[in-house]
Amino acid sequence: MLQGYLGEYTAPLIHGLIHVAVRLCRDAWLQRRAQAAPEERGERGDTSVLAGLYGPAEAKVSKELPDRAALEVLLRPKVGLPGVLERSREQLLRQTCEAVVLGVLHPRTAISLVLQVLSDAGSLLSCCLNAACMALLDAGLPLAALFCGVTCALQPDGTILLDPTARQEQEARAILTFAIASSDRKVLMATTKGSCSVEEMQQCLAAAQRAADTIFQFYRDSVRRRYSKC
Amino acid sequence: MGTVEPLEYYRRFLKENCRPDGRELGEFRTTTVNIGSITTADGSALVKLGNTTVICGVKAELAAPAVDSANKGYIVPNVELPSLCAERFRSGPPGEEAQAASQFIADVIENSQMIVKEDLCIANGKLAWVLYCDIICLDYDGNLLDASVFALLAALKNVHLPLVTINEETGLSEVNLKQKNPLIIRKHPVATSFAIFDDTLLIVDPTAEEEDLATGTVTIVTDEEGRLCSVHKPGGSPLTGAKLQDCITRAITRHKEVKKLIDKVIKSITPK
Repeated sequence: MLQGYLGEYTAPLIHGLIHVAVRLCRDAWLQRRAQAAPEERGERGDTSVLAGLYGPAEAKVSKELPDRAALEVLLRPKVGLPGVLERSREQLLRQTCEAVVLGVLHPRTAISLVLQVLSDAGSLLSCCLNAACMALLDAGLPLAALFCGVTCALQPDGTILLDPTARQEQEARAILTFAIASSDRKVLMATTKGSCSVEEMQQCLAAAQRAADTIFQFYRDSVRRRYSKC
Repeated sequence: MGTVEPLEYYRRFLKENCRPDGRELGEFRTTTVNIGSITTADGSALVKLGNTTVICGVKAELAAPAVDSANKGYIVPNVELPSLCAERFRSGPPGEEAQAASQFIADVIENSQMIVKEDLCIANGKLAWVLYCDIICLDYDGNLLDASVFALLAALKNVHLPLVTINEETGLSEVNLKQKNPLIIRKHPVATSFAIFDDTLLIVDPTAEEEDLATGTVTIVTDEEGRLCSVHKPGGSPLTGAKLQDCITRAITRHKEVKKLIDKVIKSITPK
């Protein structure tokens, strides 16, 4: 079913399709070699991000690019004004989206992606990545591949925890976030917090690539559910 | 000279495994560092990576520590890309690239633990040092992050903080300018940046032209123990784990070169 979205090219202007990506910190679902205590498994934190994609629309003359679409990402935190951290994340998201969106099919247009953080219970960046990809899918933009975000936390004893909660992130020695492409599980985006050895990074990457399958299945199920109603 | 079809011109060089400026794909530009050039700052360093020129000035001030971390000081990095360094930067509020670079430097300091914030505390809950690290690009010719991290490291190694004591009776701080101690730098992080071309080729230390033609960038920060302080790949062409491993190997080699250079420069400064 997804082949239709990936291969097709929808030309006319598509305005404001909002898609909600709710990421539940389901410990039992994505955990690998985790040592979560029963109390932690009961903790149901929801990290949710609302994504709105507008475009391809007419761009301002100062912003338009002659051969491709100009992509802009705005990340609004839950509380306060966007700061340096949000700008840095916007750059990560923008360049990840630019790598997959076939911008050359819509020259001199602007594509705006607005992300609003509704709640943060850990793994926020990967939730933003997933929301961004689903918004791109929902809007029907031509994409070279899909991507998904996976966060890995390296605990002090060396075990790898996928999709950590806020508390697990604080206790972790290092947190690595990867954006994995759907075509061949290559790394589109990588960012790390804390230090780790090279082997640990490769192990986290391998774990993230395996977890990506589950997330892409979630995308398929969500899209199928949405379009089976109408 | 290659302005009509820059990408094609570039590809012709890449096919022969070299670049227009004569470098190999894994070769860095000439790196020079000058320490202590700003006498009014507590520590400073000027780094030139080919034509890219970055200066870092560190000013130390006193402040009360935050309530929730009473034994920690502050390190505040700020990267500025003024309009004089390149045509693309307009004057006004900092653009996205400057803000993203500032965040990257703050992350490198935090991840590598090069300065432990507890070392900056003078009196628990009352007084601590704040280090304002201003990194200003004077000439932008690509590879800003590598030059900035290097300039920051060199400037911090040059910082000498005066001894501060708190007078028991008056409760005021007394600064002894005659007695200065060097800042304790625990780790030495070094950044190595790569540009990705046509989804497959990786070239080290890109110039501004190469960055514009590239399809992605990767920056790896390592410390002296070979640990990864940061893997920064902000989107761009996808890479396999093996290619990422090649980048890390090159970064570890680069770390040794840079460490040797810094040690040579620090030793050459006559001790006061």
